[in-house]
Amino acid sequence: MDTITLTSVSDNFVQAVQEKSRSDLSRCWHCLCCSGGCPFAKDMDFFPNVIIRMVQMGLKEKVLTSSAIWLCVGCNTCSMECPNAVDMAAMMDTLRRMAIEEKVTIAEPAVLSFHQKVIDSISRYGRTHKLEIMMRYKLSEKDFFSDMDLGLRMLSRRKLDLMPSKVKNKQQIQALFKLAEDLS
Amino acid sequence: MTFSHKELNYFPGCSLATTAKENNASLKHFLEQFDIRLTEIPDWNCCGSSSTHSIDSGLALALASRNLFLAPADKPLLIACPGCYLRLGDAKWTLNMNQAKRNKVEKHFGQPFQSDLQLLHFFELLADMSHSGLFKDLPGRLKGLKIASYYGCMLARPPRLNKMPNHYGLIEKTMTALGGDPVQWGFSNTCCGTFLSVSRPLIASNLVNRIMKAAIRSGAECIVTACAMCHLNLEIRCAPENRIPVFHFSEILSLARDGKPSREWLNRHLIDPAPVLKTRWQV
Ligand code: SF4
Ligand code: SF4
Repeated sequence: MDTITLTSVSDNFVQAVQEKSRSDLSRCWHCLCCSGGCPFAKDMDFFPNVIIRMVQMGLKEKVLTSSAIWLCVGCNTCSMECPNAVDMAAMMDTLRRMAIEEKVTIAEPAVLSFHQKVIDSISRYGRTHKLEIMMRYKLSEKDFFSDMDLGLRMLSRRKLDLMPSKVKNKQQIQALFKLAEDLS
Repeated sequence: MTFSHKELNYFPGCSLATTAKENNASLKHFLEQFDIRLTEIPDWNCCGSSSTHSIDSGLALALASRNLFLAPADKPLLIACPGCYLRLGDAKWTLNMNQAKRNKVEKHFGQPFQSDLQLLHFFELLADMSHSGLFKDLPGRLKGLKIASYYGCMLARPPRLNKMPNHYGLIEKTMTALGGDPVQWGFSNTCCGTFLSVSRPLIASNLVNRIMKAAIRSGAECIVTACAMCHLNLEIRCAPENRIPVFHFSEILSLARDGKPSREWLNRHLIDPAPVLKTRWQV
């Protein structure tokens, strides 16, 4: 794991994150319960509580370019461990959003790409069409061969439908994407 | 105690409508046996899934809200997928707590939000069925089948929702009431890896194999899960040497009720459950 070096510090970063995520990060006493419970902490460049520390210190760029914010799946396991009711998953949501808005280098582009394929699918059908999501994801990642046998096994067991399950009222779905802009 | 949930509205969600059709079919079948009628809400859309939630909270709220507005408030809305339950529950919470957002959403849909719409988790329905004595004719049906109950992250909630009832232990309790033998093991609440199964398959498969190995070590003959996403990840990311059958909770309930497994559902499993079932049932 990297050590944290204080280089460029952003003063209002912690306030912005707290406001957007509606979570009070000052409650965190760095007991590491969250990081101990997080099933993905060992795959992250910084443990979840270290991300909080870095937010507190104003290390905006380091936080927004970290892999941790993308490997967090929002499972809330950490919140069940946290003695201080820190809303880690909400903080991570906010950080991902900021990373996209600020156009920083995304540490886990494949994760973002997958999320975007899912959202594209919802925009097309109102529901998720797994086969198409996988195909489009594989195309964009130029990864054609991994999981090929798995895909075939799933098709043969009819786990993957060829045709999507769709919402009939397409206009309403499109309207939701407009509403979304207003809500974020 | 009288049973109050005979008529329900129903939100299946994308997984149950597609990859986990066997989950949907077995759930409906099971509830039919107890004369519980489900009305699917018309033209429902994706709950938002963890993807919109991960990167676009506005879209997550908009998508979930449409479903909340589509559901008639005269009956509770049964939600079978824990992921969908969390997304719709979170949206309901936001609309009840944030007047500005609620105003925008109400304006969009041109009607007031039914703030008392009851969202019913499949677990709550089961607990109610069990309290009302609906399972009292079914003891011993699972013939001592050794079961590792697997909740994944479904019982974990963000702090703002953590005062809601949780039903931890419901799988074990129900399985025991039906004659199953739940094992003790350490991974019942370990997340399955969700979408990392696609974009970081190695991380997901390491995790899944730890879960599967632990289930085997515990002496379980199978895993029972209540989440379609967990079911899929455990099946697709498991190495051949760690395979142990994974059942949807609804499949096991139907098995207990009917006394025979459905070939149609079993055929959709990537890890063949037939060998385990053959130890006690005709397959
Ligand atoms: S468990 Fe809570 S208090 Fe402890 S380090 Fe994590 S976020 Fe901070
Ligand atoms: S919500 Fe994120 S940080 Fe918390 S346990 Fe899950 S993956 Fe880890």
